[in-house]
Amino acid sequence: MIAVPVLPGVNCEHDTVWALQELGGAGVLVHHRAEALPSGTQGVWIPGGFAYGDYLRAGAIARFAPVMQAISAAAGEGMPVLGVCNGFQVLCEAGLLEGALTRNQGLRFLCQDVFLRVETTASALTCCTEAGDVLRVPVNHGEGRFVAEKATLDELEAHGQVLLRYCSSDGEVDAEKEAWNPNGSDRAIAGVSNRAGNVVGLMPHPERAVEEILGAQDGRPLVRSLLEAASVFVGAALLLPAAQSEGSSLHD
Amino acid sequence: MTDAPAPAPASADAQPPLHRRLGLTDGELGEIEKILERAPAPAELGMYSVMWSEHCSYKSSRAHLGRLPSEGEHVILGPGENAGVVDIGDGLAVVLRIESHNHPSFVEPYQGAATGVGGIIRDILTMGARPIASFDSLRFGRPQGPDARKQRWLARGVVSGISGYGNAVGVPTLGGEIFFDDCYSGNPLVNVMCLGIMPVEQLQLSAAEGVGNLVFLLGAATGRDGIGGVSVLASAGFTEADEEKRPNVQVGDPFAEKRVIEACLELYAQGLTVAVQDLGGAGLSCASSETAAQADLGMRINLDTVILREADMTPVEIFTSESQERMLVVTRPEDRDKVVEICAKWEVPLMEVGEVTAGDRLVGFHQGTVVCDVPAASLADGISYDRPLCRPARLDETERMDPTADLPPLAPQDTSEALLALMGSPNLADASWAWRQYDHQLFLNTVQGPGLDAALLRVKGTEKGLAVSLDGVGRYGRLNPHRGAALAVAEACRNVAVLGARPLAVVDCLNFGNPENPEIMWEFSASVDGIAEACLALDVPVVGGNVSFYNETAGQSIDPTPIVGVVGLLDSLQKRPTGMGFVASGDEIFVVGDTLPDLGASEWAAHVHAYTGGDAPTLDLAHEARLVDFLCALAATDLARSVHDVSLGGVAAALVQSALAGDAGVEVDPAAWAPHLTLSAALFSETSGRAVLSVLPEQAAELDALARVHAVPLHRVGTVTGGQVLGASLTDLAAAVACDL
Repeated sequence: MIAVPVLPGVNCEHDTVWALQELGGAGVLVHHRAEALPSGTQGVWIPGGFAYGDYLRAGAIARFAPVMQAISAAAGEGMPVLGVCNGFQVLCEAGLLEGALTRNQGLRFLCQDVFLRVETTASALTCCTEAGDVLRVPVNHGEGRFVAEKATLDELEAHGQVLLRYCSSDGEVDAEKEAWNPNGSDRAIAGVSNRAGNVVGLMPHPERAVEEILGAQDGRPLVRSLLEAASVFVGAALLLPAAQSEGSSLHD
Repeated sequence: MTDAPAPAPASADAQPPLHRRLGLTDGELGEIEKILERAPAPAELGMYSVMWSEHCSYKSSRAHLGRLPSEGEHVILGPGENAGVVDIGDGLAVVLRIESHNHPSFVEPYQGAATGVGGIIRDILTMGARPIASFDSLRFGRPQGPDARKQRWLARGVVSGISGYGNAVGVPTLGGEIFFDDCYSGNPLVNVMCLGIMPVEQLQLSAAEGVGNLVFLLGAATGRDGIGGVSVLASAGFTEADEEKRPNVQVGDPFAEKRVIEACLELYAQGLTVAVQDLGGAGLSCASSETAAQADLGMRINLDTVILREADMTPVEIFTSESQERMLVVTRPEDRDKVVEICAKWEVPLMEVGEVTAGDRLVGFHQGTVVCDVPAASLADGISYDRPLCRPARLDETERMDPTADLPPLAPQDTSEALLALMGSPNLADASWAWRQYDHQLFLNTVQGPGLDAALLRVKGTEKGLAVSLDGVGRYGRLNPHRGAALAVAEACRNVAVLGARPLAVVDCLNFGNPENPEIMWEFSASVDGIAEACLALDVPVVGGNVSFYNETAGQSIDPTPIVGVVGLLDSLQKRPTGMGFVASGDEIFVVGDTLPDLGASEWAAHVHAYTGGDAPTLDLAHEARLVDFLCALAATDLARSVHDVSLGGVAAALVQSALAGDAGVEVDPAAWAPHLTLSAALFSETSGRAVLSVLPEQAAELDALARVHAVPLHRVGTVTGGQVLGASLTDLAAAVACDL
C-alpha cells in the first residue's frame, strides 16, 4: 500500500490514488499533521499541486509539515518514496534529493506533453522500464527547471542518479532545444534519485498517462515501477504502530 | 425589536450626498426610506447601494430574462440559485454557471481574472458540487495597431491570472476562446464558466431554515478589498481616470480557496449544512440577506465576530467587503462541534457570526449597537426597472450596406494570398500560448482538452461524457443583435454535437453597454429573444446566466456580446472522439450544410478589408436541429475520419485547421460546394449550420445515406492530398496562425 500525503494545497492526491488503483495497487491519503505513516505502508507518493500555495518557493514550507518527518525516516530505511511535480520540489527542499526546481525558462506555466528518455532502470521509478525507452507524459508546472551546480550534476550522472531526460519523440536529447526541454532544465534532467535509488522525483505527471481514453498510457511503467519497488520493500522497522490514517474519508 | 440605528449625517457642503456617492439615485433613496419608514443609517445605505446595484439586483435585465426558456425534463434547478443544476442520470447532477469579471480585469488584469475564476468556482461549490472544470471567453482590442501594447498587456495579464489562480486552486481550465475586436479596446471581456459534478442528493440550497440555527462565516479574513466592487466597478462605465478604481479590485488567494473547497465538500458529505451561500459581489450583505429572505426568516449578525484584516473597519465596510474565499454556512446548533472539527482539519478559519431569527429582519450589531435593521427581502429582492427601448439608428446604416457590391472580388490567382492574409487574423490564431498555461488535465477527466471545437470530459463511474463549448461573436450582434445571439447558441450546440454530445443545457453571459441608453436596452432585449428562439428550436434550456452592463469607456459601447456556454451529454463514451485533423491522403472531404453569400460580418471582410456591414450570417434553426441530430448519429458510427465545425473564416479556415491538425493538405474545388457563389463567398462565407468532414472514399455512399436520413445537405469538396490548401503551403499557413502574445 502506498501512502499519499496530503499537504495543504496539493491537488493531485485523488488522481494519484486513482492511477495506483488502475495499476492494481492501492493508495491511502494521509493528513499532513500525521506523525507516522499508516501501518502497512510500503511506499510513499507525494502528489503534485501547490502545497501551502507555493507562495514562498515551491516546497519550501511543505518540508516542515509533520508528515515529512515520518517520510524522511522511512526514506532513510530504504522505503520507496516518489515525489511528482510539487512532490519533487518538496523532496528537493527537504534535502532528500539534490538540486532545485526553479521557474521555467520561459517564465510561464506549462501544461503539455513532453517526451522522456529512460536513462537507468536502477531506481524505484524506472525498475519496470528499459533504458532508452521513450515515454510521452504530460508536464504541468511553472517551476520545473531542474538546476544544480556543475559538480552536483556530474556526481548525479556518475552515480546513475539521473533517471529521465526530456527528449525528442525519437529519444534525442538536446538541453538547448526548447521544444524538447521546455522548462530549460540543466542537462535536460526530468527526474533524479538519491544514491540508493529509493527516493525518486520527477516533474512530469505519470498518473495523468495511465489510460487509453485520456490519450496516453506511457505513465504506466513508471507507476508500475513504484508498485514493484514497494512490493519488495521490507525494512519497515521504523514505522510506528499508532499510525494516523485519514482512510477513505478524504475520498470523494 | 431593537432601537433603530442612527441615520446618516448630512454630508459636508462640498460633497454630493452619501447615497449618490454610493451610486444610488434620489428615487432609490426615497424607496429605501419608504421601506424603512425612516432615514437609513450609513451601514444600511451602503448595503442597499450594493444590493440594489445593477450587478446584484439585475434591475435593468430582470424584466426580460423571464423570456428565456428555463424548463426541461433534466433541469433540477434553473436560474435563481447560484448555479443551474441538471440531472445526467446515474444519480449524478451537473452544476454550471457563467459569470463576467470584465471591469475588474480592465483595472487590474491579473487579479481581476483570478478573482473571476475564484468567484465562479464558489458558485458551483455553493450548490454542493466539486468544481471540476472551467472555461474562459475573453475579448480584447486587436493586438496590432496603435493600442497594441496595452491590449497585449491586458491579454497576457488575464491569461496569467486565470492560470495562476485556476491551477493553484485545483480546478482545471479545459477550454474557452479568445476574440479580438477594437470595440473591446476600452472594455475587455472576461467571462468564466465553471462546471461541477455531484451526487444529486448532495444538492445544497440557500434558504436559511430553522430559527435558532447557527450562521458561520468560513474562509478568509475580511478586509477592505473590493468594497463597492459591484456598484462602483461593475455597474458604471469607465472614464479616463480609472486608475483610482484599482483598490476596488479584490486580491485572490487560491490556497485559501482550495482549503475552503475541501472543507465545504466534507461538511456536505456529512450532512452538516442547512444552507450555504458564497460571498461574492456585495459580500456579507448579500449572503446574509439572501439566505434569510429565501427562508422567509430573519438573521442576526454580530460583526464583532468577523475576523478582520484591519482592526478599524467600519460596519458598512465589513458588510460590503468583497474579500474573496469566504462562505456563509448555516448549521444546526448540535452540529457545531463537528463543523469546528472539519474546519480545523482543513485549517479553514471559522467564525460563528450569528443566528437565524424569527421575523423577516436582518439585524447587524457592531460593538454593542445596532448598525442595521432592515427587511432581509428588501435587500435580496432588489428593484426592477422597465427601461425604455429604441432600435439603434446605426442598424439603418449597416443594413443598407451591400457586402456583395462593396467587397472586392477575389481572383482565382489571388486565393492563396487571401487565405494567408485571413489566417493571419488574431481571431484565427493558434491560442495554445494561452491554454498551455492552464492545467487542463487535473482530475483525470479530460478526454479532449482546449483548442478544438469543444472540450470533452468523461464522467467517472459511468459510461457518460460531457462536452462543453463557449461561443459568441460580437460582430454578428453589431449587425443583428437578435440573430447574433441565436447564432451563438447554434454554434455552441453544433460544437458539442461534433463530439457526439446532445446539447443538454445553456448558460449565458450577456455583455452589453449602458442600459440607461434605450438603444443598448433594445439590443439587450433583442438578444434575449434571439437566445430564447434558438434554445426553443434546439430544445435546450437556459439554466443560468449573468448580465454585465455598462461595458463602455468614454461613451463607447462594446458590440452586443452574448456569450453562450453549452454542456452536451454523451451517453456512451466508449472511445476517443474523432479528431478534427485530416487523416490520410485519398480521404474524401465533404461540407455538410449549404453555403450562402454571408460575407458582411465575416472575419475575411473584417480582417482583410476592414469592412463590416449588411446582415449577420444566415441561420436556419430547423436545419441546425437536424444537423445536431446528424452529427450525433455520425459520431456513433466509425464513418468520419475527421469532423470540424465551420465558423469564423468559413470553409477555407475550417479546411486549413483540419489540414494543420492532421498535417495533410487538400485539393478542393469551391465550385463543387457553392456553384452559384463568388469565389470569396464560397471560401469565406460564415453561413451557420455547417461542418467539414472526411471519410474513406469507399464510405462516401454510406455518409451520403446518413445525411439523407437526417435531411441535411451534403456537398463533396475535394480530397485529402499533398501539402497545400488552396495553393498555400502548410508551412506558410502554420506560420500565419502561429501566435504568442
